[in-house]
Amino acid sequence: MYSEEKLLEIHNLVKDYGNGPILKGVSLDIHKGEVLVVIGPSGCGKSTLLRCMNGLESIKSGEILLDGNVITGNKTKWSEVRQKIGMVFQSYDLFPHMSVIDNILLGPVKVQKRDKKDVEKEAEILLERVGLLEKKNVYPRQLSGGQKQRVAIVRALIMHPEIMLFDEVTAALDPEMVREVLDVMLELAKNGSTMVIVTHEMQFARAVADRVVFLDGGEIVETDTPENFFTAPKTERAQKFLNTFTFDVK
Amino acid sequence: MQDLGIKVLFMGNNFWRLLGGLGITIKISLIAVAISIVLGIFMGMIMTVKNPVTKAVTRIYLEFVRIMPQLVLLFIVYFGATKTFGINLSGQLSAVIVFAFWGTAEMGDLVRSALISIPKHQYESGEAIGLTRIQLYRYIIIPQTLRRLIPLSINLATRMIKTTSLIVLIGVVEVMKVGQQIIEANRYTVPNSALWIYGTIFFMYFFTCWPISLVSSWLEKKWAN
Repeated sequence: MYSEEKLLEIHNLVKDYGNGPILKGVSLDIHKGEVLVVIGPSGCGKSTLLRCMNGLESIKSGEILLDGNVITGNKTKWSEVRQKIGMVFQSYDLFPHMSVIDNILLGPVKVQKRDKKDVEKEAEILLERVGLLEKKNVYPRQLSGGQKQRVAIVRALIMHPEIMLFDEVTAALDPEMVREVLDVMLELAKNGSTMVIVTHEMQFARAVADRVVFLDGGEIVETDTPENFFTAPKTERAQKFLNTFTFDVK
Repeated sequence: MQDLGIKVLFMGNNFWRLLGGLGITIKISLIAVAISIVLGIFMGMIMTVKNPVTKAVTRIYLEFVRIMPQLVLLFIVYFGATKTFGINLSGQLSAVIVFAFWGTAEMGDLVRSALISIPKHQYESGEAIGLTRIQLYRYIIIPQTLRRLIPLSINLATRMIKTTSLIVLIGVVEVMKVGQQIIEANRYTVPNSALWIYGTIFFMYFFTCWPISLVSSWLEKKWAN
């Protein structure tokens, strides 16, 4: 279980693209070691929420704190903040002109100025863990979608982030490749990583989450443990949403 | 008597004169290509600006250059400038101006398309691992842009080399003109030399452009994603 220590705090976050708010005052705490799963219908703002957390989207009002420091001010050095907040995207964007190992080394060597030999050793251990050590020197085009996504996870992990954000990382994958990526994430969760996961995989959400947040229409409708949320959702909106995932043959 | 034509090539220093003409062709092409690449990179960056006025101006420039036959442009600059402004441009200088004017527009369009073809996610993935703006461009964006750009700009360069054969018409003594002179000078002694001389010129162009094309397709294959 996770500790009481707050790692990331979101206070009354409002995001507006110009045609009505997409996030209408979201407040949320993420604790150290916690696995928080954000679910909700398409367009509810869950990806936007995640992207606000590492500055890929500017916000209209509210604030976000990392380790008690405000990171949404004007003076934020995002290059520094992002080293502590790793992110994996839906479209597994490895850099196509670099081999797997170069993709992984770029951040630690160029941004964090760590010793290349040490990082490479660590990269090999991580690649081994996700079952891709033999792909170390190949180019992304030679990998399957699931393999690319696992490399993308390693690329984020090697920065030693305090928290990892996963933005629908299996949504673009062929069904038979979803499992291999989810397994990697489950293992991370077990090892005590702090994670925020946006996903449409309900069974996975239930298995991995410490806490589930249901977002709809730009606001948090319900927050609960996965057991409570998936067996007895309190709000009508959550019930309706969960019903869309089941087929009742009458 | 058909086989006698080839002997013209080896009379006096005719072959070396042809090579000299080819040198002029290559010199003009290289200068124009070099200017086009430098200015074209700036032009391409300007073309990605979303301002409607810049967009319109660069668009008109590109369309104008594409629609206008290069020969007309050459005549306008070479004869027009002298007549209208009293500036006496040499044929070679006119040629460089016209080809650079053309090449800058085409190169600009290539740079523009290469720049916008980098997906937004490449920028975001780079930012997400903490790269600064400069690092992002240095390690992610520029290398990918160059990979897309280099094969395309090599093709443009070969097109420019070929098209320089037009400048014979504004009196520049390049490989075509030298060829004509040799044929004319031997009109009575070797009437059949045209095929041989122009045939030689054909192969000279071929062996100038072919290696460049080979490099281009090799790079394209090597960098295919």
